[in-house]
Amino acid sequence: MPQVTLTVNGKTSTVEVEGRTLLVELLREKLRLTGTHVGCDTSQCGACVVHVDGDSVKSCTMLALQADGATVTTIEGLAKPDGTLHPMQEAFREYHALQCGFCTPGMVMSAIDLVQKHPQGLSEKEIREGLEGNLCRCTGYHNIVKAIAAAQDVMHGRRSELQPAAE
Amino acid sequence: MYDFAYHKPTSVADAVKILSADPDARPISGGQTLLPALKHRLNKPTAVVDLSGIAELKGVKRQGDKLVIGALTKHMDVANSPEVQAAIPALAQLASGIGDIQVRNRGTIGGSVANNDPAADYPAAVLALDATVVTDKRRIAADDFFQGMFTTALEPGELLIAVEFPIPEKAGYAKMRNPASRYVMAGAFVAKTKSGIRVVINGAGPGVFRQADMEKALTANWSADSVGAVKQSADGLNGDIHGSAEYRAHLVTVMAKRAVTAAG
Repeated sequence: MPQVTLTVNGKTSTVEVEGRTLLVELLREKLRLTGTHVGCDTSQCGACVVHVDGDSVKSCTMLALQADGATVTTIEGLAKPDGTLHPMQEAFREYHALQCGFCTPGMVMSAIDLVQKHPQGLSEKEIREGLEGNLCRCTGYHNIVKAIAAAQDVMHGRRSELQPAAE
Repeated sequence: MYDFAYHKPTSVADAVKILSADPDARPISGGQTLLPALKHRLNKPTAVVDLSGIAELKGVKRQGDKLVIGALTKHMDVANSPEVQAAIPALAQLASGIGDIQVRNRGTIGGSVANNDPAADYPAAVLALDATVVTDKRRIAADDFFQGMFTTALEPGELLIAVEFPIPEKAGYAKMRNPASRYVMAGAFVAKTKSGIRVVINGAGPGVFRQADMEKALTANWSADSVGAVKQSADGLNGDIHGSAEYRAHLVTVMAKRAVTAAG
């Protein structure tokens, strides 16, 4: 069986896979990183978004073997070892940017990529457009957009702490 | 998904060798169309040949009065390319509107052009800009390349290497997207090129096509009003749950007007 070697959240692993094994299957079933979700399995919903070599991708629409040699970050790789949340995770918590939480890992991963690629800052419209690849079936978009707007200020160093959500 | 063997050649010659030896092997680049098709078991390749290890297929080059874009160049890289933005801004804009960010981070121009989905974006630009499709065997003019729904002049085992875009005097692209799938419902790419004015419609029909009446109208008078006076017939256009053929025909004229306005 073919092997794939990749670095996930800083840890390098070599895993036996089939040709047809998807990256998300490798992450969830072989590495037991079940924070990355499978929603639609048809590359529409974005619940499976992870970062591969610094770009957000849908891990349900990439073969595990295509990630050979890649550096992958999943939702489990964001918080610090002491449990301190990434500013985007903290913003999602503070702004109540989730209801059921199923889409949240993909939303957070897409949001981080979006913010990192736009150091000049994103308008509300740009945030909404940037989330086109992620669906939330609880229709929680308003608070997701607010959370990303708040997180970008911390991520770009314009604020030292997250702006608290309005009461 | 059925299982398959996986190959990752590092040269075009090696890729062609594998593909020629096995008629049921399929090349994969970004996989944003092929993998969903395989999941639906619409396709049962014995092997997939991953082209991502072939460095010569990647990147954008300006060569005199044309832009050469390697088949493996991702939509995001075309959208962000300073060369494309400077030479053919409409092409950069088109690339920046394909699918969503995650699709643009994986999908490639070669995959989109070779697949020739009627609702894809790139075929419209290739045909409207009178581009040349370069394969490992030959050079194919855009007018000869696209042959209807999911059909191209590519032969089994023939590999798309690059697309050469002559730089137009001006060009513009406008489309109406399906809000869920983000595929094109109807779009228009207009260009003033050395070989004349071209108007190409995508999304609306079974494949990209040149709209001769609109080309005539724009040749006589390059303006949004001029193209806006041309009605598209609904005969032969796509009709589905997202929109009837009549609706798409109406959209064609609206998109053509917007494309001319965008081109300036």
